[in-house]
Amino acid sequence: MSGFLSLHGIRKEFDGVVAVETFDLDVEPGEFVSFLGPSGCGKTTTLRMVAGFEQPTAGTIRLAGKDVTYAKANERNIGMVFQSYALFPNMTVADNIAFGLRVRKEEGSARSDRVSELLDLIHLPDKAKSYPNELSGGQQQRVALARALAIRPQLLLLDEPLSALDAKIRDDLRAEIRRIQRQLNITTIYVTHDQEEALALSDRVVVMSKGRMEQVGEPFEIYNNPATGFVASFVGQLNRLPVTVEDPALGRIRLGRYELRTTSMIEAPAGAGLSLMMRPEEITLDDAEENVLEGIVETVTFLGSIVRVQIAVEEGKLIADLFNERLLELPEAGDSTQISFPPHACWVMA
Amino acid sequence: MGGARRPPLARFGSWLGVLPFFLFSGMFLIAPAVILAYRSLEGPDGTLTLDNYRALTTNTVIAAYSMSIRISLTTAVIGGLIGFFLAWAVSMGGLPRPFRSGLTTFSGVASNFAGVPLAAAFIFTLGRVGVLTALFELIGVDLYGGGFTIYSYWGLSLVYLFFQIPLMVLVMLPALDGLKQDWREAAENLGATPGQYWRRVALPVLLPSILGTMILLFGNAFGAHATAYALTGGLLPLATLLIGQQISGDVLNNPGLGYAVAMGMVFIMGLSIVLYSILQRRSERWLG
Ligand SMILES: Nc1ncnc2c1ncn2[C@@H]1O[C@H](COP(=O)(O)OP(=O)(O)OP(=O)(O)O)[C@@H](O)[C@H]1O
Ligand SMILES: [Mg+2]
Repeated sequence: MSGFLSLHGIRKEFDGVVAVETFDLDVEPGEFVSFLGPSGCGKTTTLRMVAGFEQPTAGTIRLAGKDVTYAKANERNIGMVFQSYALFPNMTVADNIAFGLRVRKEEGSARSDRVSELLDLIHLPDKAKSYPNELSGGQQQRVALARALAIRPQLLLLDEPLSALDAKIRDDLRAEIRRIQRQLNITTIYVTHDQEEALALSDRVVVMSKGRMEQVGEPFEIYNNPATGFVASFVGQLNRLPVTVEDPALGRIRLGRYELRTTSMIEAPAGAGLSLMMRPEEITLDDAEENVLEGIVETVTFLGSIVRVQIAVEEGKLIADLFNERLLELPEAGDSTQISFPPHACWVMA
Repeated sequence: MGGARRPPLARFGSWLGVLPFFLFSGMFLIAPAVILAYRSLEGPDGTLTLDNYRALTTNTVIAAYSMSIRISLTTAVIGGLIGFFLAWAVSMGGLPRPFRSGLTTFSGVASNFAGVPLAAAFIFTLGRVGVLTALFELIGVDLYGGGFTIYSYWGLSLVYLFFQIPLMVLVMLPALDGLKQDWREAAENLGATPGQYWRRVALPVLLPSILGTMILLFGNAFGAHATAYALTGGLLPLATLLIGQQISGDVLNNPGLGYAVAMGMVFIMGLSIVLYSILQRRSERWLG
């Protein structure tokens, strides 16, 4: 299988230090893929290799059937949006957007048609004559997006485009980026360290850690079936308790004095020490048939639609996210409580 | 917002902070200028007159201004260009790091090297019996036979360049650092060649600082007195030398005219400062 963009066996070293290794990815036409991972995991480096600003130490990059591994950046016809906007300060908004067309020697009238088309697309038709320093951060990033799209790129790359913006503008612009991407059906790679952003925007997410791909999948799958402990804890909140396996076939495990059960596979022999994991939203403060623990409420944080409760149990601490509407009364710090979670909502990992 | 008025004491306090500035500029800028203006309107007998200003149109004075302006322009443009390329070479031309710190240190020293020591240094190296002149002779190049002399227009320009180039380097280095790597990559990404990037982005962004610094160099050379005097005595007619001759000379002596020539220089300097600050403001907006 080979996609519209395909990265094969990509590896990048800087002075012998590995920044990215064994990176394999096929992106379909029109697909929106995010690279998600903590700082320094190699997201930007991978994106820059696709853009042509870095050359891989090994591996090949193919775009629309052509090997572009060593093609020059200015010959790839890929649009890129930078975290810092990188608008040219000496040019108006219109001239910034027209820049790529101008260096392509595109004719004047076609150029100005294209510029107004893009100004409409980003909802800034009356800012054509403004200079970048007269715009807000969010407006500047819209212009940067329009500038990247003006050249009708085969591929759109965005490197943390929202991280310099306020939370409110970030949410608006995030939706805007997705709308424009769908409207143009442009193949897109989006780099972020914000898991919410990656989950909300993407068709698929590539979770990265220390230069390696940890998991590639749809947001739903990444969240619900994390392939590794790293993915499980990096994407979303996660509870972890130390357990020992009692009967792998029946999914029986032991946590201190409690006997618990999981329906997910246990790939370890009886007696092995593992971690039991579950998402905070799977925990309820009710009694149940099985998987019931006793604990003491430590803190209660009201977050609007949910209430986050931290509970001390015998073997550690748990976070429970409770829906506001379902609570008859708010738990209080110091309360002793019962905690339960269904066997299908927990799993074990090393 | 209808805020409460600040108490009088606080208002007074905020004025107190700028008091040293006004004292300083009053003592060293405004008072001398007023005295200068007054003296330039004084005739030899102490009466007020415009004669000194009329005398500014005489051939000697015009020649002096013209020579000063030409030599300042020449060294500002040549020094500016060479300085810019040197700064470019060490900041983005791919020269190894030590070159940069070496050049910065040298420029810091050389840009302040002026007056009698500088003139002496050049006389010892490139004077008629200077070390370099002799070395050139050894390899068969007869500088002075070929018409060169450091006591001339180009000789003095060469000496001025010795502090003009370093000054340009010192001012341009931070400006070049202000060019964002992202701009170059964005241009490249949009299909621009390195040449297109320089022509359409980097140079236009740098232009205000390049021009502004050249104006600075112009002023630097225009006001120089000691270097020119020490090197050429009174051989080259420069405005600053003319002032010296008129005010304290024993052959020519017309202080009133000297002060009027000085006022003319103040006017030209003032113009350059205005131009410089306009360009500086623009460049700060882009590179800040
Ligand atoms: N030009 C370079 N020279 C040397 N090392 C580099 C260079 N660029 C990146 N690295 C190293 O490669 C690794 C990956 O860096 P990269 O910038 O790709 O991380 P990232 O995932 O984008 O992180 P962030 O979220 O902080 O932007 C880091 O350890 C970094 O120090
Ligand atoms: Mg990065």
